[in-house]
Amino acid sequence: MTRPDLVLLLALLLGLAALALPLGDAHWTGWPLVLWLLALACAAALLFAPLRHGGRRGGVIPGPRPSGSGTPPHPTSAPLGRGEGLASPIAAAAMDAALALAGSLAGAAALYLLLVSGAAGIAASGLWIGLLALALLVWRALERGAALASRRKLPVLDIALPLLFGLWLLYLWQLFAEGFEIPVVLLPPPARIAAVLVTSLPVLGEDFVQTFVKSMVPGYVIGCGAGFLTGVLVDRVPFLQRGLLPIGNLVSALPIVGIAPIMVMWFGFDWPSKAAVVVIMTFFPMLVSTIAGLGALGRIERDLMRTYAASYGQTLRFARLQAALPFLFTALKVNSTLALIGAIVAEFFGTPIMGMGFRISASVGRMDIPLVWATIAMAALTGSAAYGGIALLERRLTFWHPSLRKVS
Amino acid sequence: MTTREPAAKSRTWQARLAGGSALPMLAVLLALLVLWYAGTVWLNAPLVIDRYERAGQAEWTAGQLVADTMAMDRPLLPAPHQILAELDKTVFEVAPNSRRSLVYHGWVTLSSALLGFAFGTLLGIVLAVGIVHLRTLERSLLPWIIASQTVPILAIAPMIIVVLGSLGFVGLVPKAIISAYLCFFPVTIGMVKGLTSPDPIHLDLVRTYSASTGQVFWKLRWPSSVVYLFASLKVAVALAIVGAIVGELPTGAQAGLGARLLSGSYYGQTVQIWAALVVAAVVAGLSVAAVGLAERLTLERMGGRP
Amino acid sequence: MVDVIDGKAQPVTQARASAPPAVEIRGLNLVFDAGDAPVTALADVDLSVARGDFVSLIGPSGCGKTTLLRVMADLERASSGTVRVNGVSPEAARLARAYGYVFQAPALYAWRSVLRNVTLPLEIMGLPRAERQERARRVLDLVNLGGFEGKFPWQLSGGMQQRVSIARALSFDPALLLMDEPFGALDEIIRDHLNEQLLRLWQRTGKTVIFVTHSIPEAVFLSTRIVVMSPRPGRIIDIIDSDLPAERTLDMRESAAFTAIAHRVRAGLKAGHSYDDA
Repeated sequence: MTRPDLVLLLALLLGLAALALPLGDAHWTGWPLVLWLLALACAAALLFAPLRHGGRRGGVIPGPRPSGSGTPPHPTSAPLGRGEGLASPIAAAAMDAALALAGSLAGAAALYLLLVSGAAGIAASGLWIGLLALALLVWRALERGAALASRRKLPVLDIALPLLFGLWLLYLWQLFAEGFEIPVVLLPPPARIAAVLVTSLPVLGEDFVQTFVKSMVPGYVIGCGAGFLTGVLVDRVPFLQRGLLPIGNLVSALPIVGIAPIMVMWFGFDWPSKAAVVVIMTFFPMLVSTIAGLGALGRIERDLMRTYAASYGQTLRFARLQAALPFLFTALKVNSTLALIGAIVAEFFGTPIMGMGFRISASVGRMDIPLVWATIAMAALTGSAAYGGIALLERRLTFWHPSLRKVS
Repeated sequence: MTTREPAAKSRTWQARLAGGSALPMLAVLLALLVLWYAGTVWLNAPLVIDRYERAGQAEWTAGQLVADTMAMDRPLLPAPHQILAELDKTVFEVAPNSRRSLVYHGWVTLSSALLGFAFGTLLGIVLAVGIVHLRTLERSLLPWIIASQTVPILAIAPMIIVVLGSLGFVGLVPKAIISAYLCFFPVTIGMVKGLTSPDPIHLDLVRTYSASTGQVFWKLRWPSSVVYLFASLKVAVALAIVGAIVGELPTGAQAGLGARLLSGSYYGQTVQIWAALVVAAVVAGLSVAAVGLAERLTLERMGGRP
Repeated sequence: MVDVIDGKAQPVTQARASAPPAVEIRGLNLVFDAGDAPVTALADVDLSVARGDFVSLIGPSGCGKTTLLRVMADLERASSGTVRVNGVSPEAARLARAYGYVFQAPALYAWRSVLRNVTLPLEIMGLPRAERQERARRVLDLVNLGGFEGKFPWQLSGGMQQRVSIARALSFDPALLLMDEPFGALDEIIRDHLNEQLLRLWQRTGKTVIFVTHSIPEAVFLSTRIVVMSPRPGRIIDIIDSDLPAERTLDMRESAAFTAIAHRVRAGLKAGHSYDDA
């Protein structure tokens, strides 16, 4: 016997219960009802899907089959036997995933329409029970997607699954913020933040130029460059290297952002002081990584260069810098985050009237929390884009590293 | 650990001094100190000369100038001994519970950092366990956790402080939340790595014993993750302190090292800022060292190589 | 290499008389300074390798055979004694790029394609680009790897990787090849195959090969002379001149002549207490 899918069963029962429970000022009519019934139908179809696949549940983790697989397979799949083609289970898994996705989307739309038409607060217990049912269905959709992804390499799924998960969190946030009328100061709904983000784009654009283009990028380039050059220069002096390495490690662990007020005093309120903070914050991680990276070449690989009577510069150019690249990129990635943090936090200590850090602290002061969130979203996008760009470059330049190899 | 170890140790201490990093470190630090003094003179001299001129003092010697650059009230760069004097004044000469004591401020920062560190570590471990055991979470949640690293999380600090403050939460907890937020990431990533670090061969071995998921976790995954856990904890504790300090900046908090930095920057009290920075560095260094010590003791008890 | 016939007439003998031996070692000692307990890695080693010879160094782990090879390559310095490679000091020989060294591991650079790995020494030596490529393609053909130029090392099997590293050592056409257990990490079937290929390569090119191994059949199959070494301290126990014909096939391993030489090698190892404990 096939074990029934308890998650789906529960989703189905809760979903039916939601239809009977109070909804505040709204009712199960029109589109919400249609969509909700569609979602429940999807859940039901998924629940009976195991029978369709002859005991082969799409979501089962590969490995020892449950005892249910001992039952005779469904007539349609019987002629294929044990060595049946991969196409049919994958197609079935894909269909399951699509079904679960469609169901969860329909359910989400249904609940949101209900919310808009007046179901809110504690009175609308039907809405919240329905949300619980939807949560189970979404979980199943994610699970089916993950099962599909582990069976077959689909780059789309690597993006689609996290995206679905993120959308689900945003949806929950929106529903809770609106449904319980949470004060905007505490937690503005995401739709509102998006609206503010769009309307205040000119202001945020200026902030972006001030913080990212003027403060962070020059500081990042100078800091990483100086760290790298220092690392290469001390490479020939083991004594200095042994002295700088522990100090660099120590300094990397220190709260260097604290240097910001000093830099503001030295370089004034405008971007040079922020850039200076970024330089100091990014210097040491880069130094430490450069020293570690230049020591990363294996002993035989080094001996090889010696048998060619290669000069110091040739060994550096042909072998050691290449072997150091993965280390350098690690530092570059860590530093991209550090740099943005440094540039923003340094603005807390005084700026001209723009910049992301200034916008955050000023808006917090005026209790304009949606604008704060919009600025944070902007900073998050900036940070991710910078990080992603460096990661892409890393993929291109260190394609040979075991962690990035594509064996063909 | 054979009986030969003490002998080996006694043999190598000179060798370690010559070949280790203590001597070079000392040399580098000494060089930094010299540079610092030079910087003090170089940066402060214009101010001092300016003051001479305004006082109508036409003649001054180089020696006088150097001495004065290191005795200014609000120098651009205080000399190390000025910072030491300030530290002596605010650490040893004042009662530790006084508002003027850096011990007090350091403790305020450290306590919220540690609270956040504990929360963040716990959260990080729980998330890692979930990610390792549920494929769905690995596929859907892990990318977000990795992406969260690229977000300048510290930027949220002011908002968390203010929002929680408007709800009536003040003091320790909001700062601890920021620290926890910064902490959980390295712990999650490190633990996911650690919990999946056992060789396939070892996993196959316990599978031949038909061990349950729980047994595999406690007997294989958890012990093999300890090394990774401590490596992440060292990063996390340092981040927790950064988080606590930044958490003290936005609202003009009354206590903590961040508050000292802020008030120092308002009133141009550079010596005070530097003293607070030194204490912050010491607190961070000691915390990392404490985690390192805990790591050594744990690994020794687990019979690992020290 | 399968179709190589032209070089089998042994161009070896002509050069022997006039030029200095490929390697000449007299009274070599090497002591590693490991704190208060110095380790004697090599003691009183005398060895002369004539040009065109294929000499194997065989012995158990720790007998110093690799160290001896590294001394010849100037990767290790002798504590006392004289070492001459092509009549000059190992350092001079290294600076003159007089030898090609093949390591235990392929030691290919993962970021370079197969072709660019082979051109690496030529690039260091400053050859023009066209000539580098031309030479690299030639030696890759020599080790039967034509067509793999654009691949990366990690896309090849272990045996192919080691062939690339041999091609790399041949690319600048050194008269002396130093090979340190090049096939040690490969399975025996591939190893047999590569042994045959190496033998043909040697016959065709007439290079001097010094080959470290711990496999008796490998040493007997390949060598014109076999140097048996023993550990603690590393020294030479016996030097055996092989009387096997120049044309060798894998089937010969069952022949009486082959077994007799293998037996002598094993006797030498026994005399050196190599079998006492493992």
